[in-house]
Amino acid sequence: MTTLATPPTTEPEAPSLGGGAISFGRRFRNTLATALMVVALALALIPLGFLMYYVVKRGSESLSWAFLTKPIPVVQRHLGPGMGPAVVGTLLITFAATMMAVPLGILGAVYVVEYGADNRLARVIRFLGDVMAGVPSIIMGLFIYTVWVIRFHHFSGFAGALALACLMLPIVIRSTESMLRLVAPDLREASYALGASKSRTVLTVVLPAAAAGITSGCLLAVARAAGETAPLLFTIGIVTRNNFNLFKGSNTTLAAQIFTNAQVLFPGAQARAWGAALTLILLVLILTVLARLVSGRLTVTSR
Amino acid sequence: MATATSPDGATSRLAAKRPAIADSSFRVLSLACGLLVLVILALIAFAMTARAVPAFRHSGVSFITSSTWNPAADEYGALAFIYGTLVTSLLAVLIGVPVSVGIALLLTEVAPGSIRRPIIYLVDLLAAIPSVVYGLWALLVLVKPIDSLYGSISSAVSGIPVLDSLFGGGHNGKSLFTAGLILALMITPIVTSLTREVFATVPAAQKEAAYALGATRWEMIRGSVLTYGRSGVVGAVMLGLARAMGETIAVALIVGSSPQVTSHLFKSGDTMAAVIANSFNESTQGSLYQSALIGLGVVLFALTIVVNLSARSVLSRAEKRLGAPL
Repeated sequence: MTTLATPPTTEPEAPSLGGGAISFGRRFRNTLATALMVVALALALIPLGFLMYYVVKRGSESLSWAFLTKPIPVVQRHLGPGMGPAVVGTLLITFAATMMAVPLGILGAVYVVEYGADNRLARVIRFLGDVMAGVPSIIMGLFIYTVWVIRFHHFSGFAGALALACLMLPIVIRSTESMLRLVAPDLREASYALGASKSRTVLTVVLPAAAAGITSGCLLAVARAAGETAPLLFTIGIVTRNNFNLFKGSNTTLAAQIFTNAQVLFPGAQARAWGAALTLILLVLILTVLARLVSGRLTVTSR
Repeated sequence: MATATSPDGATSRLAAKRPAIADSSFRVLSLACGLLVLVILALIAFAMTARAVPAFRHSGVSFITSSTWNPAADEYGALAFIYGTLVTSLLAVLIGVPVSVGIALLLTEVAPGSIRRPIIYLVDLLAAIPSVVYGLWALLVLVKPIDSLYGSISSAVSGIPVLDSLFGGGHNGKSLFTAGLILALMITPIVTSLTREVFATVPAAQKEAAYALGATRWEMIRGSVLTYGRSGVVGAVMLGLARAMGETIAVALIVGSSPQVTSHLFKSGDTMAAVIANSFNESTQGSLYQSALIGLGVVLFALTIVVNLSARSVLSRAEKRLGAPL
């Protein structure tokens, strides 16, 4: 947002004095610096281009309706399609994680912004949210393993969803918080002036006003969670058949399948890994684009 | 949020009868959700440490000072993994930060407005790609050609004192350096966006002053933008470092999984996160081996928290100095 607030940064234009006014050395260094900046951009974008090229090229060879729906071959050596259970698992587990993290995260942010104002507890929560956002995702997996999987003696989709929810929670809190801060205080005051209580103001005025921004932030958190592998390695186990039950039996996801299939040398398994990678990237990109579209409508709508 | 309409009726009926109760229970509910963060963090620290205690007891200080990791003989020295984590993430920062700062400067100071947005989208796309996809690509596409590149570099520097001990002594496509490269790519978007925000806070007056003294654009950047934003950039770098240390899956696929403390960057290594990901499922529940792997998790957790906290404190000081939220 800060980029928008400041005046256009190109405004102070570099003086274009005649060739003789600035020594060759200084002009050379100036041009060199600009060239290096372009090189830096190229260094980041060329690998990105190669990566996308390979994922699309190799992935589209195996991506098909059958690929998205058929069970995974039990023998990894076998050629042919099948990532259906991983698609089901990805959708179910990410959905369950979202159902847990989003309401809790939004309410947490409501406390920090609306009730906490700037008291010490709110600042502590805010600070710890930042700390939690920095915890590596594999730690979330280990954590759920120690407190859930060991306790109940089995892997399940739900355990994976718990780990993903832990990962999403700080992201949801952070983005919701910044959206709530953008809501004009006048709106709250107008609501109080009509005699509404604080909770009613939050639920019917503040949250709807920030809804677009909150949705956008949550979608980005979902996109992040959908692509995660590390929290799921020790929590969901692995299966080759559809498992629609989150609470019973092992499960699998696209990301987990990519991880296992990438490490074997069989062409069939590698083809399935590429197909799963393309599916996953498409899913993540759709969520990201949706988030951008929603946030494009980020305005306090008249109601 | 469906709260726009549905709870409307419910709350109004409640509110009419007992406004105070509805109000305070909502307050308590939201407070509980806020405190959840605290509870989870405490639980992570407690539950994991409790499981790791047997391994810590068994190995004592040698858990972090010895580099002998031999589960078959119940010897657990994690030094090689700690070393690998530090080396790969430092490499990531060394490579990724100049690139990120370059892109950020290009975006804030050089590029015309019309192409800024597309560049930002593309760089953000790097952050949207899942870690495992980076790993897949690096493992199946990058490892082979990069190994032959390592080969020619390593024979070119053989005999030269410092370079030989860094880049000589054998090479492997799956190596500490490959992991560092991929991590650099992965931290670029976050470091770029943070430094971009820092540079955007530099007041126009500062820049104009530099130009008024006859500075070229680069001299202006060096004198005004980089000097003014220095502390913010340091904070961004440290956040990138923390991110790189915790990154798991891509590294697990390409670091080579051989725990050794070596100065040769083209040789295989291993990191804490990678070894947990690769070998946790082969450990039996309740075994000393599993306890040691969870112990690695505790060390990693502590390390990332320390780096994150220092990054946050640097950033918040910079925030105060620059007068803008980062």
